[in-house]
Amino acid sequence: MKTIKYSKITPESVYKNRRSFLKKLGFGASTLALSSIPLVNNGLAKDRNELTSYKDITTYNNYYEFGTSKGDPYKNSQTFKTSPWEISLEGEIDKPIKLSMEEISEIFLSEERIYRLRCVEGWSMVIPWLGFSLSELLSKVKPTSKAKFVEFESVYDPEQMKGQRYPVLNWPYKEGLRIDEAMHPLTTVVTGLYGRKLPNQNGAPLRIFIPWKYGFKSAKAIVKIKFVEKMPMSSWMWASPREYGFYSNVNPNVNHPRWSQATERIIGEGIWAPRVKTLMFNGYGDQVANLYTGMDLKKNF
Amino acid sequence: MKKYLKPSIFFLSSLPFIFIFYKIGFNKLGPEPVKEITHFTGEWTLIFICLTLSMSPLKKITNISVWINFRRMLGLFVFFYATLHLLTYVGLDYRFNWQPIIDDVVKKKYVFIGFAAWLLLIPLTITSSKKMMKLLKNNWKKLHRLVYAIAIFGSLHYIWLSKTIFFKPLTYFIIIVVLLLFRIKIKKKEVNYG
Repeated sequence: MKTIKYSKITPESVYKNRRSFLKKLGFGASTLALSSIPLVNNGLAKDRNELTSYKDITTYNNYYEFGTSKGDPYKNSQTFKTSPWEISLEGEIDKPIKLSMEEISEIFLSEERIYRLRCVEGWSMVIPWLGFSLSELLSKVKPTSKAKFVEFESVYDPEQMKGQRYPVLNWPYKEGLRIDEAMHPLTTVVTGLYGRKLPNQNGAPLRIFIPWKYGFKSAKAIVKIKFVEKMPMSSWMWASPREYGFYSNVNPNVNHPRWSQATERIIGEGIWAPRVKTLMFNGYGDQVANLYTGMDLKKNF
Repeated sequence: MKKYLKPSIFFLSSLPFIFIFYKIGFNKLGPEPVKEITHFTGEWTLIFICLTLSMSPLKKITNISVWINFRRMLGLFVFFYATLHLLTYVGLDYRFNWQPIIDDVVKKKYVFIGFAAWLLLIPLTITSSKKMMKLLKNNWKKLHRLVYAIAIFGSLHYIWLSKTIFFKPLTYFIIIVVLLLFRIKIKKKEVNYG
């Protein structure tokens, strides 16, 4: 079941403009010469909405709980135990509840959702997730009037998670959203990808995915969702508040001190492929821009 | 025996280049090849900076002067790998699209200091020949002390671009500081000997 169509991933107008901006990127003469080689030319012409390979999605991960290199999560997570698993909803709600993975897969129907993942480091993938809207899960509880934000907490298990033995971040990993962001239909609870069970290195058994925000906002292996009154302090805000804001919406106009956010590299495109322009809200502006009307997104980065 | 020393060092120093060329050719660089090449050439630049700076301390420690014969070649390899590093960034990554590159140099301090280090390497490369050495006389030594600044800039470049893991960049920084401290010691000794 595919509810999000390809054409929706990138607004059609943007898609059509792609060729013109490729020209505008202003290749040097060497690139022009290279593009006359058929093989290289193919690399340049590849569609930015083409699915990233299963191999790249599952072997190139940022998941510091399993190590800080991109290949570490795949290497170090294979024996990670994801069952039994429970997720608790608590905080500013009438009645806290706990749900097991079995209950979750019984209650909620996962569907295929193809979204682009844009990492804050300046690369992107297109991933066919399996999942359902977080709003469905959150509607199982009744928030009090104080509830303004939700905080996601990932599992803390240094026995199994090598990376947590080092103070790279303040474990357990924490992330957060404003309630209206969390209730947005695009905000997804992920249970799998490519039609299969979610691999451990991608955040099994359950992770969040927010398509219009940088990848680190999408917490993996979550065990707790807490409703809170005050804006939660995420792990990355704690590590470097100057670089990582609470909102972290994909925004080509707000520079990161170390990486260009104006452009991105598409994973799997190969060595000769050019960077492509990063889209505001990662291309999901039509659906989410209204969440931020009247807000200065440069200040609230 | 001595005849083969320099060519051997030249060959060994070229190995990283051959290695990365092989990896590009056989598509062994993973999902983000451009980043891999950038990091690879950047790290080897730092390694060659450390090697270049190790020669005169080694001479002092071992009391063998042969080390100094390798210094120029190693220094030129610093320039070689630094230039590959810069070209990867400017050419392969940004396609000679100058606007974002200029933005980077101005706005990001790690790019700024990295670029500054590369610029400083140019006069050292130009004046590396024996002819130039004779021509510049005492000034040559003064000029080539620039390498100390380049080394510090290079390691700061690495520290500033790192996300949260500072182990490797700090290791290079410490090695470079230790190598520079050697110089101070050596100088004092020379003074003592009168």
